[in-house]
Amino acid sequence: MSAYMTGIIIILCLNIIIAYSVFLPAAAGQLNLGAAGFMIIGAYMDAYLSSADEGLGLPIALTIPAAALFTGLIGFLMSFPILRTKGVYMILATFAFAEIVAGIVLNMEVVGGASGFPVTTHTELEVLLPVTVGVVLFGFYLISTRFGLSMRSIHDDESVSLLFGVNTHLVKVGAFTIGAVLGGLAGALYGHQFDYIEVQNWGILFSIYVLLYVLIGGTQTPWGPLVGAMFFTFIPEILRAVGDATGIELFTELRFAAFGVIIVGMMVLRPEGIMTRTFLELLFRKSTPKSDIKLS
Amino acid sequence: MLNLRSVEKSFGGLKVIDNVSFSVKKGSRTALIGPNGAGKTTIFNLLSGIYEVDNGSISLDNNDITQIPARKRIDIGMSRSFQNIRLMPHLSTIENVMLGQHHLANSARENFFPLGLIKSNKWAKLAEQSLIEAGLGTYPGQVVSELPYGIQKRIEVVRALVSNPKLLLLDEPAAGLNSSETAELQILLEKASSTGTTLLVVEHDMNFVRNLCQHVVVLNFGRKIFEGTPDEVSKDPQVLEAYLGGDDNNAS
Repeated sequence: MSAYMTGIIIILCLNIIIAYSVFLPAAAGQLNLGAAGFMIIGAYMDAYLSSADEGLGLPIALTIPAAALFTGLIGFLMSFPILRTKGVYMILATFAFAEIVAGIVLNMEVVGGASGFPVTTHTELEVLLPVTVGVVLFGFYLISTRFGLSMRSIHDDESVSLLFGVNTHLVKVGAFTIGAVLGGLAGALYGHQFDYIEVQNWGILFSIYVLLYVLIGGTQTPWGPLVGAMFFTFIPEILRAVGDATGIELFTELRFAAFGVIIVGMMVLRPEGIMTRTFLELLFRKSTPKSDIKLS
Repeated sequence: MLNLRSVEKSFGGLKVIDNVSFSVKKGSRTALIGPNGAGKTTIFNLLSGIYEVDNGSISLDNNDITQIPARKRIDIGMSRSFQNIRLMPHLSTIENVMLGQHHLANSARENFFPLGLIKSNKWAKLAEQSLIEAGLGTYPGQVVSELPYGIQKRIEVVRALVSNPKLLLLDEPAAGLNSSETAELQILLEKASSTGTTLLVVEHDMNFVRNLCQHVVVLNFGRKIFEGTPDEVSKDPQVLEAYLGGDDNNAS
């Protein structure tokens, strides 16, 4: 496999994990613009615990889960104030959360402040790939459970879910916290791929992109974040390849303008995302109506 | 089994429910009728805990439930349908029905069992069975927002029924249904009633009320104006006045 392909797959895997991190709360109706915040917490926690020079030098089998769980704990605590807000206010609250995290880490000398922090344990795809597969399977599993059903019910109608006995607050806190764990996981894994982390990697643009590919993928099914992350990772590369081959300016210098047009087009044509329930039904429709029971 | 005693509810300065008392007998089928704006849906929202009662009390089986939060009312045996369809539009028919089972399956083990991956589970079977009994067996996997209005309306009733309620509150279940759909709805409700479920129905269709219910409570402007059998109701001058308008002081 060429280094270019490996590089793309690494980015794809990280994008998929962070996509599920934002998707799970989104499936329960929460719009999270704080992906960067969780990524920063996970990345720095893991880097500090695992780095041999400036950190504690612990093995990554320990530090990656620890960083993910720590991020989950922060997410759990943050969910109480954040979940008091809804819709666009929730976007603002999560955005503010990410900015606060970035501000705090930038001023922490113990992790290098603005100059970043080196990660000494390098891994190749042998860690990232299985973890990504695991995250995708976990996403599908969680959505298929009654807990997942509660999440999707809250997305559609919170007050009716409540009347049917769903502990809506608990489910919302749960979805947000699990999302935070996955965000921390993505951050921790990032460091071991690129050997160096700095807060500037995860600005507001990063959070916007993650939320965008979750929404473009679709929040109704666990296929959404998978397809959305692939879409966002591959389309710019495909545009680049087309540009190199044809020399058309639209695909070379104006690559990102073309990408922007595609995104706007997607929002117009498929406002509920690429992977909707009805689209899946169309794809996988079974021939016998008796067995046509689909739950996920 | 259900008792409302001097229930009152105001929104701002407007008294929407004024000193309403009535009872629903165990196993009975009672209708709550009245002109638009009489407070029927408000009564339902008070019963299901969406609104808090300002004054008065509500009891179920001699237990005061006035202060019980909305989420717990399904546990004490109350379930409802809505005037405007409130199914989960992005869920399939069977998933909507499974939501109705939620309080029966609310343990950690049940909550994390992969219902959607292991499809031959008991909840799916139960849900499918209820749909077949309601004559809706052909739609289990379909996303409900794609189904016709009349079908959705009945799925809502099934969703409320699978929670095994003692008291089922139905807010205009026949509104917008054609005559054959109304007939099927009636069969469904009679079946539920025959297994011991008490029904309280808000409905405008008087034929439907006459066919289904033995007892009728009439509200107007937030007050109870009459209570009796369907035949008595249609002869009562006060009720006729509420619906058709009176001769005198109404003009001012």
